[in-house]
Amino acid sequence: MNSKYDVLVIGGGNAALCAAISARRAGASVLVLEGAPKFYRGGNTRHTRNMRCAHDAATEILTGPYTEEEFWDDLLRVTGGETDEELARFMIHESKDILNWIVEQGVRWQPSLGGTLSLGRTNSFFLGGGRAMLNALYLTAERLGVDIRYDAEVIDLRIDDGMFVSAELKRPIDGTTEVRASTLVAAAGGFEANIEWLKEYWGEAADNFLIRGTPYNRGSILKMLLAKGVQEVGDPTQCHAVAIDARAPKFDGGIITRHDSVVFGIVVNKHAQRFYDEGEDIWPKRYAIWGRLVAAQPDQIAYIIFDSTVVTSFMPTLFPPIAGDTIAELAAKLELDPAALEKTITEFNAAVRPGTFDHTILDDCRTEGITPAKTHWARRIETPPYLAYPVRPGITFTYLGTRVNKQARMLMNDGKPSANMFAAGEIMAGNVLGRGYAAGIGMTIGSVFGRIAGREAAKNARN
Amino acid sequence: MQEADRLMTVCNSCRYCEGLCAVFPAMEMRRSFSDGDLNYLANLCHACGACYVDCQFSPPHEFNVNVPKTLAVARAESYAAYVWPRALSSMFERNGLVISLVAAFSMAAFILGFAAFNDPKLLFGVHTGPGAFYRLMPHNAMVALFGAAFLYAILALVMSVRAFWRDIGEPIGARADGGSIFQAIRDAGELRYLHGGGVGCYNEDDRPTDRRKLYHHLTFYGFLLCFAATSVATLYHYLLGREAPYAWWDLPVVLGSLGGIGLIVGPVGLLVAKARRDPALLDEGRYGMDVGFIAMLFLTGITGMALLLLRATPAMGPLLALHLGAVFALFITMPYGKFVHGIYRFAALVRYAQERRHGPNG
Repeated sequence: MNSKYDVLVIGGGNAALCAAISARRAGASVLVLEGAPKFYRGGNTRHTRNMRCAHDAATEILTGPYTEEEFWDDLLRVTGGETDEELARFMIHESKDILNWIVEQGVRWQPSLGGTLSLGRTNSFFLGGGRAMLNALYLTAERLGVDIRYDAEVIDLRIDDGMFVSAELKRPIDGTTEVRASTLVAAAGGFEANIEWLKEYWGEAADNFLIRGTPYNRGSILKMLLAKGVQEVGDPTQCHAVAIDARAPKFDGGIITRHDSVVFGIVVNKHAQRFYDEGEDIWPKRYAIWGRLVAAQPDQIAYIIFDSTVVTSFMPTLFPPIAGDTIAELAAKLELDPAALEKTITEFNAAVRPGTFDHTILDDCRTEGITPAKTHWARRIETPPYLAYPVRPGITFTYLGTRVNKQARMLMNDGKPSANMFAAGEIMAGNVLGRGYAAGIGMTIGSVFGRIAGREAAKNARN
Repeated sequence: MQEADRLMTVCNSCRYCEGLCAVFPAMEMRRSFSDGDLNYLANLCHACGACYVDCQFSPPHEFNVNVPKTLAVARAESYAAYVWPRALSSMFERNGLVISLVAAFSMAAFILGFAAFNDPKLLFGVHTGPGAFYRLMPHNAMVALFGAAFLYAILALVMSVRAFWRDIGEPIGARADGGSIFQAIRDAGELRYLHGGGVGCYNEDDRPTDRRKLYHHLTFYGFLLCFAATSVATLYHYLLGREAPYAWWDLPVVLGSLGGIGLIVGPVGLLVAKARRDPALLDEGRYGMDVGFIAMLFLTGITGMALLLLRATPAMGPLLALHLGAVFALFITMPYGKFVHGIYRFAALVRYAQERRHGPNG
């Protein structure tokens, strides 16, 4: 290993690779330390599929313009204002050029995937998905001469008065070594796979969370930085969670474990009671709130219940629905109280008012006289076989991060910019995305700030 | 088949690979998969390997998604399932051995036949000028033997692909329209889907190249050129009364020489690529079938070129026997070896072009 690099990048996802490539292209020597083995490289990027970039006109793969102003409005809405306007507007402006820059790094675009037509105007999809995107970035980085180490866990950072000095690296093959570099880019993601850390905010309930990405997103770099005087940003108690199949593996189930069928039925908890308006809002919001809702239920489990008439209304699922010819039979298979489930469904059916069903708009199919109401898309559940998906909270990412400025330079607790430390990606996403979510925005944050962090770090290393 | 069915469920709930090739869009038109559907998808797959390298769930992930390998197995099984006559489906078991035995017997038979029917002086003599070949084997005998072998191969292939077409096409026996056939000819002719979604196909590692496509083009177009050479020569013989062998500048020789070079370089390249390829992508149990067919093409090419180069020497007689033996073996094994991959894949491409135009039931 070189005695000293210009730029050390910790992490191995989209943000890390964009930083490494941009630093290398600016003439710096670059080392990337990815904590995961090669197959699992890239953290959450493995499971992504698109990026949200502003553009003034339709392109080959985007169906229409998405202006900076519209992007900003969307961001303001989903975060409820919990964003740094200056930084966010800057990112949105930079996102325009990313559409081309990322292609120059070998990434290829394609039109929006089947089942995601609503994103066809705003989001650019990676041909072959997130792992294909990563593969392209890694090939480019290697070709440019970036050094990359896998299974490379950083166990300590030496930081003197806001200045990065060295990292202590532990690898299975060569033990512990010290890595020195002129600058640091931290792009090591959030802490969603660190159940112990999640428990600090969620208590024992966190044991029942499923993690949608790899087990390597443990947030250890974030923790070290915050412990060494870097200013934090974002709500530590918040994480982005969706409802995913309870039969999914604990880690890395990815996209295929999600369920988007809530609006077509009802959702009950382990006591066979409904607990929230299943028809509140349209995709993608309806999809994004259910992880949190299920997390608040006893044992963090819930069941989406629907009947055979709606099976083809949503994407095919990895795990087949659990079926019963009667409500009681279904309840028995789900280990719910049959009488309670029958009562819930009977009351729901009786409350459904006539209307014209249309799942693409907020239609007039609703209930009357029950609490909680189902305010749209309410139809009786009466055609056997009756079907159900068990769901649990699937944690996608966390919001806590390091504060940065427009150079992607970390800010210290005293408000001063760090001498030589930069951050990009999920580890600093909270600057822009204080809460909420808009599809593809995590990748925008990663690419935009990764590119800037790499460029600035290279410049910093030369001075 | 069960594994293929499981994978299609995984893939259908993900769809990230949709833009890579024809398999995934075809899959998305379905929610459940009959054996015919799976055989259709298996033959639509060109084994470029991109979906394996791009998949976040490929091994060692516990979902163990390996589409190229699973479809390669299903594809090989489909060859045996649709073969005509059905009794010969066992030809696809240990296919490499079967092909080499047929080739060896065929070449030996021609050598022995030449020796039995010809005086040794004639067999090892130097023959030049029009009709030189036919002094060793009369033209009519050649036409009768090879015509019969060729017609049989055509019949068996037509019957096999008919069974395939019926099984994959709903409703039964749907006819193809001209536009779809034209689209399929273009897709097959340029190997549109052997490209990893644009970057090339995956071989020994995660660096895509277009080498396999290049070697396949050399092989396929080499084969077509050789076929064209034989067809032109037949026309010369019957229409113009000009008998082989022809001068080096004459059309049959030019076509045959170019084709022969393709049939030597292409198969060698394909064999090397196959040997180097990541075994995770391959149906290793069918190695013999692939190698057998490639070797047959190579043998045809190399004996043909040797015959051309040495036709004015005493080696001409034995080389002619070897070449005819190789070509004969190639013809009669066509319906019972890897050759069928092109026919089934073409039918699958026609079906896909139809689906794109009219939907899966049109």
